Amino acid sequence: MAKKNYDVIIIGAGVVGSMIARFLSRYKLDILLIEKDADVGMGASSANTAIVHAGYDPVPGSLKAIMNVAGNKMWDTLAGELNFPFERRGDYVVAIGDEEVPLLDELWERGVKNGVPGMIMLSGDEVRRREPNINPEVSGALWASTGGICDPFAVVIAAAENAVMNGVTLMLETAFEDFVMEGNRIVAVKTNRGTFGCRWAINCAGLYSDVVMHKAGVRPEFKITPRKGEYYVFDRAEITINNVLFPVPTPISKGILVTTTLHGNTIIGPNAQEIEDKEDRSVTRDGLEEVWQGARKLVPKLDLRHVIAVFAGLRPGGNAPCETPGVNYNKDYIIEIPAKVQGFVNLGGIESPGLTSAPAIAQRVVELLKDAGEKLEEKRDWDPIRPARPRFRDLSPEEQKILIRNDPRYGRIVCRCESVTEGEIVAEIHAPIPARTYDAIKRRTWLGTGRCQGGFDTPRVVEILARELGVSMLEVTKKGPGSEFLARPTKDVEG
Amino acid sequence: MLKQKYDVVVIGSGPAGLAAAIEAKKTGAEDVLIIERAKELGGILQQCIHNGFGVEIFKEDLPGPAYAQRFIDQVEELGVETLLDAMVLDITPARHIYAISKWSGFAELDARAIVLAMGCRERTRAQIRIPGTRPAGVYTAGTAQRFVNIEGYMPGNRFVILGSGDIGMIMARRLTFEGAKVERVLEIMPFLTGLTRNYVQCLLDWDIPLQLSHTVSRILGNRRVEAVEAVQVDEKWQPIPGTEEIIPCDTLLLSVGLIPENELSRKAGVALDPVTGGPYVDEGMQTSVPGIFAAGNVVHVYDLVDWVTEAGFLAGRSAAKFAIAERKRTARQVKLQPGDNIRYIVPHVMDKESLAESDQRLQMRVIKPIEEKVWVEVLDGENLVTRKSQRYVRPGEMVTVDIPQKAYDAVQKADTLTVRVVRR
Repeated sequence: MAKKNYDVIIIGAGVVGSMIARFLSRYKLDILLIEKDADVGMGASSANTAIVHAGYDPVPGSLKAIMNVAGNKMWDTLAGELNFPFERRGDYVVAIGDEEVPLLDELWERGVKNGVPGMIMLSGDEVRRREPNINPEVSGALWASTGGICDPFAVVIAAAENAVMNGVTLMLETAFEDFVMEGNRIVAVKTNRGTFGCRWAINCAGLYSDVVMHKAGVRPEFKITPRKGEYYVFDRAEITINNVLFPVPTPISKGILVTTTLHGNTIIGPNAQEIEDKEDRSVTRDGLEEVWQGARKLVPKLDLRHVIAVFAGLRPGGNAPCETPGVNYNKDYIIEIPAKVQGFVNLGGIESPGLTSAPAIAQRVVELLKDAGEKLEEKRDWDPIRPARPRFRDLSPEEQKILIRNDPRYGRIVCRCESVTEGEIVAEIHAPIPARTYDAIKRRTWLGTGRCQGGFDTPRVVEILARELGVSMLEVTKKGPGSEFLARPTKDVEG
Repeated sequence: MLKQKYDVVVIGSGPAGLAAAIEAKKTGAEDVLIIERAKELGGILQQCIHNGFGVEIFKEDLPGPAYAQRFIDQVEELGVETLLDAMVLDITPARHIYAISKWSGFAELDARAIVLAMGCRERTRAQIRIPGTRPAGVYTAGTAQRFVNIEGYMPGNRFVILGSGDIGMIMARRLTFEGAKVERVLEIMPFLTGLTRNYVQCLLDWDIPLQLSHTVSRILGNRRVEAVEAVQVDEKWQPIPGTEEIIPCDTLLLSVGLIPENELSRKAGVALDPVTGGPYVDEGMQTSVPGIFAAGNVVHVYDLVDWVTEAGFLAGRSAAKFAIAERKRTARQVKLQPGDNIRYIVPHVMDKESLAESDQRLQMRVIKPIEEKVWVEVLDGENLVTRKSQRYVRPGEMVTVDIPQKAYDAVQKADTLTVRVVRR
């Protein structure tokens, strides 16, 4: 149950907010994490490329570059403690044709300046040998062995869950409305579900970080311009690639790449379209065409018949100038305690590589609070480990047997494409952060993400959700209020 | 209680699976098992409560569940075993099956023959790449049919249906019965893709407009569908600018084609035809893997259930014949099993009849050296079949024993022969 007053209120439970909650849960603080949506990680964290970037991309000297490289180094420990899927498979930046080769040298230079370890230049022959499906015109590649891929939903959920296990209060469907100020000090946060007092408020509002900081009277010139990226997902039975393939970057983005999920589904995207509407995650005909053309340049063998999903995500791109002297860059991250407002940790413009950077950003916030005089006394019962729940498909037949023997619900497959069992669904509905919507279960178990796209499982999941939550099937939603699956019962028949 | 080995295992209990199991039993297969993922037999027929089934086979016009029931009754009468609410996880090319269910746990069994009858799945929104948002309220026609006919819930009140496939047209009528408004059926092709019979009975009779050469170009609404944008297309299926029309609705149903469901077939190593999406089959419905047969929509998509049933009969008959031949062949075989101090024996199995022609030589290696005189014994249980004296045995030196022709009678009685080394 929510209290009236907290030491810290974190606004937004995306990857950054959840990671900060998890890092701060180590200390003797009363923490409230608020999220406007029905689940954690539904904004920028929900639709992205799932890549843990090596760090050769950001402009040297920028906060983005520093956070990226520092963040990347933290992922092995983090994955071990929080038990989310992560593999350091490495990634390639691929040059097609001789004219693109000099661009690889530029990236190499940047990577060296940013302190990226494990970079190697590869010949075209070597790249063709390693990735047989690649465009045969490949002329070389920059290989970064510290690049990785993860399950981004699992990362956010694991971090938030570990925070909750360690005493953080999470309130979903709780939207920030305004700050209550006393002089230049923030003393409370107003939400649609009441006003909560606090000594510190932390802005982790992602796409809405500009709105939140403006309410605090900070950086009126800062503006988030959502940059939409569209993606395709392919059937893993039809084509697979081994590692992440980037094209050489363009001035506005890292380009349209070809990557793989941890399950072996090839993903292509994203394009980069600046828009105004912060909720517009629609895919467009033109956008899909652009992604298709871009990806085919890297892997000509892709076939549209094997597409199983398309989606779009929004990057919360900002316009903050880099504060390092001599670096001319105006899309940098903001991670600060602004001088003019007391009790406010302000973050903004945390776009890609925000996922990679999240643990380093959380660490930076801890340090900022210490510098501001917070005592941050460690709890003696802080548990860094979030235990994983069993994933039926990843187990050996022997382990599957034991699981079913102990709980027969693991013997009922609800999603046949991804082999997700009723036992896993029920476990997620009753987890520390309960999965109360279809999409929440989907993000946690990968149910419905296969080639039938939920055609088989949807009625069964709606039934299980209704049963476990003790509600009518009419109340079950896809992603929160307003997204109910069903309209009304059919006509009653007199029996 | 499941047996360890079946003559014929049928995967799926829709019209193809039911027919295959019945015919396999009638052809002489003894142990026949159906594995079905739903809680009852019948497959998708159970949600097809409209009529139109059985006109060819029974000369009667039956609803889906009634059609299924005629076969379910026979399955029960014939003593076909069933494993319900179960999912097959894997099939090996050697016809070893892994299946799980809430009730029987994790099961492993062997089949002399398998009939694949998994049916098909519906094409999805993503496969036709409809642009727009991803709200609740976009369903395949079959999923909506399950909600309405099995669960008893309406997925919406105001519908647009994309695709003039049979399920889509049948659902248009069904939803109208339930008081919903079906605004329109859109078809990207310049012609109807389902049966004319369904067009007349399901759309024309209910004044539901059908627009050919039209598709959905965008879905609107963030949480729930609020409208779709329809557009006319040219002969290359490209949208014609200026023909866009916003149709307010709360649900979009997709009836845009069916794809044979062959994930298990792939696991079993069955070769698939890229055109049909189903296995390559011979005249008896045998796939590229001997002993694995397939029938119905898993092979190619049918428009009449009666023909699916016919295909099931054929596959069931072939599978039973294969299983019977396999049973005869394996009944003649005796297994050769390593006993004390024997690591392995080649061959692993021996045809009992082979002794009618000549002595049979067994080759083996021992586990530990014994530097004194030993017997190498061949036993059926505790009964000695033959033995051979050796001065020593060493792992580095292969040991051979001949089973003499005169052991013919003794071997006929055996299921397994054990070979062991004992000191003299």
